[in-house]
Amino acid sequence: MALSYDDVVAKYEPVLGLEVHVELNTKSKMFCSCATEFGAAPNTQTCPVCLALPGALPVVNEKAIESTILIGLALNCKIAPYSRFARKNYFYPDMPKNFQISQYDEPICFDGYVDVEIETEDGPKQFRIEIERVHMEEDTGKSLHVGGATGRIHGADYSLLDYNRAGIPLVEIVTKIVPGTGKYAPEVAKAYVAELRDILRGLKVSDVKMEQGSLRCDANVSLKPIGSDVLGTRSETKNVNSLRSVERAIRGEMIRHAELLNAGQKVKQETRHFQEDTGLTRSGRSKEQAEDYRYFPDPDLVPVTPDAAWIEQLRAGLPERPSVRRKRLQQEWNVPDKEMAAMINADVLDIVEETVSLGADPTKARSWWLGEISRIANEKDLPVAELSIKPVDVAELVSLVSKGELTDKLARQVVEGVIAGEGTPAEVVAQRGIKVVNDDGALMAAIEKVCAEQAETAEKVRGGHLPAAGALIGAVMKETKGQADAARVRELLLKHLGQG
Amino acid sequence: MSSLSRDEVAKLAALARIEMTEAELLELSSQFGMILDAVARVQEVDLSGVKATSHPQPLENVARPDVVAPSLSPEAALSGAPAQEESRFQVPQILGEAE
Repeated sequence: MALSYDDVVAKYEPVLGLEVHVELNTKSKMFCSCATEFGAAPNTQTCPVCLALPGALPVVNEKAIESTILIGLALNCKIAPYSRFARKNYFYPDMPKNFQISQYDEPICFDGYVDVEIETEDGPKQFRIEIERVHMEEDTGKSLHVGGATGRIHGADYSLLDYNRAGIPLVEIVTKIVPGTGKYAPEVAKAYVAELRDILRGLKVSDVKMEQGSLRCDANVSLKPIGSDVLGTRSETKNVNSLRSVERAIRGEMIRHAELLNAGQKVKQETRHFQEDTGLTRSGRSKEQAEDYRYFPDPDLVPVTPDAAWIEQLRAGLPERPSVRRKRLQQEWNVPDKEMAAMINADVLDIVEETVSLGADPTKARSWWLGEISRIANEKDLPVAELSIKPVDVAELVSLVSKGELTDKLARQVVEGVIAGEGTPAEVVAQRGIKVVNDDGALMAAIEKVCAEQAETAEKVRGGHLPAAGALIGAVMKETKGQADAARVRELLLKHLGQG
Repeated sequence: MSSLSRDEVAKLAALARIEMTEAELLELSSQFGMILDAVARVQEVDLSGVKATSHPQPLENVARPDVVAPSLSPEAALSGAPAQEESRFQVPQILGEAE
């Protein structure tokens, strides 16, 4: 029998561990000078180093080191005065070297923390996520599985490898175990990844696009009976590629573990793959076998010993923290707490800020992104940022409404048009022939027509019963296909019926 | 004298993807014993205060600027590939062994 989430958290306490991989946005790769552009034709960004041809020697990218130190500093980490690269040995075609250059017992940054805040039943609550380490490594190649029914790795006949991504600088951020989140575990994890993303975006060290894989989360989840000190067996869910998926994957794993434990079965320590379509995870390779990586210091690379003065210089240049920025924006825009939380939850803060920077009124910008546009995004099951409407469009829309060239109702039609790919607001207005009827003559014709059709109602208004005017105004708006300014219609109508 | 069991050698061989016959596994398990003995002698030296060394040169912070240089052409990159398709390296089925 399927357990409800409430049943799970009534009996068990979740323990989380999160590993986030971030692709840095350096121009060249971690250990060679190949370009790192996303979406290039297969195997056009490779060289003897990233293809592991004999005799090739890696040399580390200094910008990647700087970016990693910046990340460490922003996550309140200590920076190691001496750290080394290590080889992580495994055979898998995504790494042509048969090892990945990573860091093992000497990571460049360690012992940090990130504070996140989530909405709970008792109001906002802060959780501290402790960071164990931040280390440098290189990304792997991309596999395309051919044959089998689904194009998945399971059941494929063979695989095709593109090594453009192999060797792109990757930073891994590993938390310590995160206890004490109780039923809020999924939300805390989501808030943590969102906070990391915002921090990284602020540092400008990564594109942080989860859908393109430049920010990827692996979620370790285990359950223990409430009150117990013994940690349960964990599963590691990979392939979690959106904020929403982080939440869904953890919730789903908590329920799956609880069902096993309730049935007296054991949770297997294994890697699982998140399925975006079902929200469930599927078993991957078993962990005990896979984890014999025989790390050793890479003899081709020399130690990294960043100068203390340089580290302090980087620290001094850190940008405003996302939490501080949120507080500042809330004040500048005069946003109530609840609305602010809604904006953060809908992930529209950056978009609203950009819209405001293009001249739109903050309240109007916010209400478009949180209202109509979010509604359409939900309908399409897409993140707001992936719709084809951009801040510049919304700024234009707000300006058209404030100039009286569009009513709110017409503006909603324009939003639809922009999202449908019909162009900028001005183009949609032109193509759809949308315009406010400002022509009093046309309005009067509609008013006279409606008053004739609804003579009885018109008579009531003429007799001083003003609430009856609403029905007539509605009919006029319909007659003019919503293109009239309702306030002007009211004014003209009442004047027409001797009440102006 | 130390030694590695036949099974330990078999595990190392599997991790390194080296195919070995039963005779080779047995032969190597005694040879590894000699290597381990040699290393054990090094471990007798008092190394307190000596940092683990991964490189014979006392070099640090060798880095390159973040500048793109031309890559190989896909044809050159794939020229040594035993099999290829659509400008990609073709490899045998990956997960077979773990299923």
